[in-house]
Amino acid sequence: MKKNIYYFILILVTLIVFTLLYKAIFKSNSYIPSLAINKKINNFSAYSLFSNKEINIEVLSKEKKITIINIWSSWCLPCRNEHKYLMKLKQHKNIYLIGLNYKDNPSKAREFIDDFGNPFFEILSDPKGIIAIDIGAYGVPETYIIDNELNIIKKFIGELNSNDYDKIVDIANR
Amino acid sequence: MIISQIGNYSLIFGLILSFFLIIYLFLNFYGFIKINLNNIYSILFLQLFFVFVSFFGLVYSFVISDFSNSTVYNNSHTTKPLFYKISGTWGNHEGSMLLWLLVLTLFIFLFFIYSKKQPKNYRLTTLVFQEIIITGFFLFVLLTSNPFNHIFPIPIEGLGLNPILQDPALAIHPPILYLGYVGSSIIFSASLAALVSKNINIYWAQHIKKWIFLTWILLTFGILLGSIWAYYELGWGGFWFWDPVENVSLMPWFTLTALLHSISVLEKRSILKSWTIILSIATFSLSMSGTFLVRSGILNSVHTFANDPGRGVFILIFLFFLILISIIIFFFFQTDERTSTNKIYWMSKETSILINNWFMTFFLSVVLIGTTYPILLEVLTNEKISVGPPFYQNLLIPFLIPFLFFMAVGPNLKWFKSDYKKINFNKIFLLFFICFVMFFLVKKLDVKNLFVIILIISSLYLFTSSFIDLIFKRKNFSQNIAHFGFSVLILSIIFNGILSKEISANIKIGDEINFDGNLIKFKKIDVADKENYKSIIANFEIKDQKNKIILLKPEIRIYNQPNILTSEADIKSNLYEDKFIVFSILNREEIFNVRYQVKRFMIWIWISTFLIIFGGLIRLIKIK
Amino acid sequence: MKLIKLLIIFLILIYQNISYANNNSLLINKITKNLRCLICQGQSVYDSQSDFANSVKILVDKKIQEGNSEEEIYEYLINKYGQWVVYDPEINKKTLFLWLFPVILFVFGGLLIMRKVFIK
Repeated sequence: MKKNIYYFILILVTLIVFTLLYKAIFKSNSYIPSLAINKKINNFSAYSLFSNKEINIEVLSKEKKITIINIWSSWCLPCRNEHKYLMKLKQHKNIYLIGLNYKDNPSKAREFIDDFGNPFFEILSDPKGIIAIDIGAYGVPETYIIDNELNIIKKFIGELNSNDYDKIVDIANR
Repeated sequence: MIISQIGNYSLIFGLILSFFLIIYLFLNFYGFIKINLNNIYSILFLQLFFVFVSFFGLVYSFVISDFSNSTVYNNSHTTKPLFYKISGTWGNHEGSMLLWLLVLTLFIFLFFIYSKKQPKNYRLTTLVFQEIIITGFFLFVLLTSNPFNHIFPIPIEGLGLNPILQDPALAIHPPILYLGYVGSSIIFSASLAALVSKNINIYWAQHIKKWIFLTWILLTFGILLGSIWAYYELGWGGFWFWDPVENVSLMPWFTLTALLHSISVLEKRSILKSWTIILSIATFSLSMSGTFLVRSGILNSVHTFANDPGRGVFILIFLFFLILISIIIFFFFQTDERTSTNKIYWMSKETSILINNWFMTFFLSVVLIGTTYPILLEVLTNEKISVGPPFYQNLLIPFLIPFLFFMAVGPNLKWFKSDYKKINFNKIFLLFFICFVMFFLVKKLDVKNLFVIILIISSLYLFTSSFIDLIFKRKNFSQNIAHFGFSVLILSIIFNGILSKEISANIKIGDEINFDGNLIKFKKIDVADKENYKSIIANFEIKDQKNKIILLKPEIRIYNQPNILTSEADIKSNLYEDKFIVFSILNREEIFNVRYQVKRFMIWIWISTFLIIFGGLIRLIKIK
Repeated sequence: MKLIKLLIIFLILIYQNISYANNNSLLINKITKNLRCLICQGQSVYDSQSDFANSVKILVDKKIQEGNSEEEIYEYLINKYGQWVVYDPEINKKTLFLWLFPVILFVFGGLLIMRKVFIK
């Protein structure tokens, strides 16, 4: 009798493990951090790409309803693709765009802006990529929508598309 | 074209033979017909022949670059060297599964030839179980990963093989590992058959021991090759990363090593029957789980494999089908061992082997839970965590210390009963002597971690004690040399960890780095065109304190198909240290990242593992 | 067995006064080996050459110079990227089973052997 119970438990455990593994097959095995939503970003200061002045993000975003931080680089191809959406976003009066130039050569970054237009009110340089990490990004491009208290309202990992564009406009018009 | 057809139909014929054989055998068991053993030989040979034709059909398609075959199209290219065209056959999912099948049919054929002295009923039952496994694999290949799918219109050029797989060690690593896995399937079938036909006895132990040693040697060698490959090809200078795919090959190794030891107890004393069967079942289940975890794409690993849920589902169902069958068979046929002759005295070889099994099970549980826990946790809570080297080290190292001591003491105990009054006290003095030596060594080496110090003491103890046994006693040469090899392995891993030095720097051509008294000069860069890749070769000159100069030439290769960059390390080995250099191009700059490592006693990690395998090999030869 | 125990105590007494030297670059290596790269997800930050990994290396260096402890640096990065970034999962409710399972099994196995060997 005791033996039977052991076997019963063994078969039960086997079936549970089977179910769990079965479910696991259909989950994605790559990891995308989703933690930063509804979190605050740390206040930071960085040098402006054009004026070489040190600028503080809290001061920049203070009076604005929402601020969009776009992490970009001249060497990153998806950044080129999403640039047209950033240019379109510039036309909305509620939207305040700030660029964070990630691990870039300053002269090439300026060239990029000259070629494709400047959607940003201010571009901050992040030559070592440390500020991007502090925000919670891990690659380029990434886009963060924050409020005037530096709370993250939404974040986009990777290239923006027309769908994302609509979402941003939606949040801005709220 | 025609060859793909032949290959495909051969597989189907092979599957039909499997079904036929299973029915034939069951008819025999229920007494409807009387089996003729010669027929079995013929059927097995025919089945092997069909799979052989199919496999070599695929090899041939790879050699002639027949891109009407989708497997060839996806994994080959006309400019690839012939050697990698051939090895590309099993460098992909479909081909490697066909190789599994080939080895499965080959091994059961060999098993049947070499088991003539065993009872007929046992042999036929083993065949049933093995044919069930073979049927599973036939269905898997035909339904989810057919290597003979057609493409129309026929492409002119193939997509090429991932360059990191274009490597001699990796060309033979998978086949050897599969031989090990498939060997474990024979042990599995034979164990279940022995259970069903009530044939678990000393003679059976002697007969299955050959297969256990053969499988163990192949598995160990397969793991070693993988490790060597990772060392020079992945370019990080490590040899074991606790990556899930590596762990998966280690798990059956633990149970197989436990089985390797406990089968002797069964052979000598005819006890631990159930436990031996459990270990056999576990070894094969773990080999299969390994295949499942790797092929289903569940794991997040550096080793990328194609991700297809359908395959995962198939293997998972098949795996659990086999596990459930084993449990049920175990339930109905388990032998009762409670007789008076099975007493185990606490100070005996039996106990020491039980202790070995105890630790092996523990090591297995660490690796098993570490590899699968993130998967299970994600399903249950949607939270992703990583389990990496620190986890394994924290749990394994403390337990390795007593394990090494037991490993030194165990082999000197006698079967049935050892007298503790007759213990050789020299060995205890030896221990004190080692501690005394360590005291000075520690000051010299600047080792800070107490655990590491005790670990060194315990492995030195095993080292000296097995060395003494090896030279003076020579009672059990194969076992002595394997244990001695293990102590060298642990010692070289420890000293490799403590004494290795490295530097990573971003430099331009012409720059020099001063590192630990050596001067590393980045002299120049050459570009070379090879058959299927372009090569950027950096020239480094390393001048040591005695002004001796060594040239190292790491490469970056730009493969044409697929277009992938790989870093090739340059390594200069000698018995004392490996000089390992690798460089990479930093994005968007004229600066290169150079990583130079001096890996002490690196070569001993390989040599010692070869010693361990050599020990197994000697025993295998002796059994016959 | 007693001898081994005595020996361990003896060793602890001897080696207790060994100093723990703290080298900066060694600590960076140790920390980055324990961090998982988000770009090449099978590799540690230490092994990876991706932009992200290189930035994390610089960041870790900076944090150490600012006087942060190893634990604080992990804490900081876990906060940003989740528990996934560290290879050494901390012990909490969700990982308790991970750490305890092998140990429980070990104790259980030990008891089984004891029963087999000592109880007739």
